[in-house]
Amino acid sequence: MHSVFPGESLPDGGSGSGPAPGRTGPAPAAEAAGTPVVEVRGLVKRYGAKTAVDGLDLVVRAGTVTAVLGPNGAGKTTTVETCEGYRRPDAGTVRVLGLDPVADAARLRPRIGVMLQSGGVYSGARAGEMLRHMARLHAHPLDVDALIERLGLGDCGRTTYRRLSGGQQQRLALAMAVVGRPELVFLDEPTAGLDPQARRATWELVRQLRTDGVGVVLTTHFMDEAEELADDVVIIDAGRVIAQDSPERLCRGGAENTLRFTGRPALDLGSLLKALPDGSEAAELPGAVYRVTGTVGPQLLATVASWCAQHGVMPDTISVERRTLEDVFLELTGKELRS
Amino acid sequence: MSTDTGAVAGGGTGVDDRGTGAGAYAPAPGAAPLLRMIGAQTAFETKLLLRNGEQLLLTVIIPSLLLVLFSTVDVVDTGSGEAVDFLAPGVLALAVMSTAFTGQAIATGFERRYGVLKRLAASPLPRWALMTAKTLSVLVTEVLQVVLLTVIALGLGWSPGGNPLAVLLLLVLGTAAFSGLGLLMAGTLRAEATLAAANLVFLLLLVGGGVIVPLDKFPDAAGSVLGLLPISALSGGLRDVLQSGAGTPWADLGVLAAWAVLGLGSAARFFRWE
Repeated sequence: MHSVFPGESLPDGGSGSGPAPGRTGPAPAAEAAGTPVVEVRGLVKRYGAKTAVDGLDLVVRAGTVTAVLGPNGAGKTTTVETCEGYRRPDAGTVRVLGLDPVADAARLRPRIGVMLQSGGVYSGARAGEMLRHMARLHAHPLDVDALIERLGLGDCGRTTYRRLSGGQQQRLALAMAVVGRPELVFLDEPTAGLDPQARRATWELVRQLRTDGVGVVLTTHFMDEAEELADDVVIIDAGRVIAQDSPERLCRGGAENTLRFTGRPALDLGSLLKALPDGSEAAELPGAVYRVTGTVGPQLLATVASWCAQHGVMPDTISVERRTLEDVFLELTGKELRS
Repeated sequence: MSTDTGAVAGGGTGVDDRGTGAGAYAPAPGAAPLLRMIGAQTAFETKLLLRNGEQLLLTVIIPSLLLVLFSTVDVVDTGSGEAVDFLAPGVLALAVMSTAFTGQAIATGFERRYGVLKRLAASPLPRWALMTAKTLSVLVTEVLQVVLLTVIALGLGWSPGGNPLAVLLLLVLGTAAFSGLGLLMAGTLRAEATLAAANLVFLLLLVGGGVIVPLDKFPDAAGSVLGLLPISALSGGLRDVLQSGAGTPWADLGVLAAWAVLGLGSAARFFRWE
């Protein structure tokens, strides 16, 4: 559990960047907001004897950011690459923007942007000329110079791709995915290997894509990234979706939460327990900190507050511990190491 | 990555937002017109090729050096007549092989290895258009090679004869044959294996394909087998026309056509894009 304290913890208290459902985001996309841009039903994909994806369902709504999480080998990349038309499903159906990614590839490709997990650039090409070339393959590309500047690729100059840093290579691949002004982008681990500044620049770009009505599907190992960016989080394990919801709801639902407050030592917990709903627990910790576990909601908070009032206790701090996405992820996928 | 992120450190603040402000990313998808895509792809691949030192060594420097060296220094017995009249057709054949086979195999092999082919497959450029662009890029390079080598050969006293159309036909069929074999190699072997094998084949065919050493210097049996190689058919056919003023060398064209069908057919069948 990740302990948080007032001021840095309460919803929208500090960063103000939580993926709250109420976040404004006009979606002037070709597809109306909310309509599915990706629909995967019962997808099965095998490589020889190994089943990489095993009956997976996934729906991505237009104008939203969907983060696909999962341990290594869970089937994230296979799923995304099937949506991109690289793999033919062994069973199930995949529709992207209403099209079959394999059969309708020619119609689909101009409408989507793709960032592969690595590579994709001529080793002897410079960043600017590669991006300019990708732009030329599209009808209404973005302003290449502005994109280069925005992603900090301006000083790559005459350096060829193979001599760029890993972070520069990643940002170039990201730029290539968006330069054609797609309706939907697939980003496979877009911030792997980036320093914090570049990571934030990538996040800013993803947020703007969303605001401008571009659907985004990204895979990531970073829980904070999913919490920062995603409207929907999809957790995949062993080729199946084991959870799909907004980060908020994923973190709220399920197991019990915890409330902590400080008072003075040796308060009578028996009376508190009597006032609390059944199934709640209360304990005193060192430093006159009291921990209440149970279904922490407004009712429980009110109960604790009125109990404090009755006992003449001023709770100097009171905090609700929210499960992080990482807690949820580990709870769902287990803690043992994956290949 | 210590200095390269300064411009993005502020996220949305203090960064030049020209062309990236609100609404800039609103979807406006679409492929460019086909001809523009093919033109852009051809120009880009040709540019990368002409900028690549190893490729230039193979396609320009080695053929030019061989032409000058063996025309001016009497190392190999090239039969009666001017050495350059024997060598120029062979070196033109070598130039075609260096670009269509060796160069294309190595470049495409590494494009496959580094995911370039995979990434382009997700772009609006259709696969056949990519292959068209690769072919055009090879042809553009060959035109530059032929012009350069012809100028050098003429400077060395070359006096070519024969029917230019037959020469063109030989060059085109030779290109098709070598392209097929090069792409087959690039699409089936690992990039490093392609690099090694393509260079080795280049060297072997340079020696045993009638480029600078006449095939009649080899034992009869060996000579007739070597004569079936695409490089022998191309150099022999070009020599028949350019040196001896023969008509259309049908036998050589037939050999090249067979290699073209075999190579391109196998490449189409076995090429793996990832």
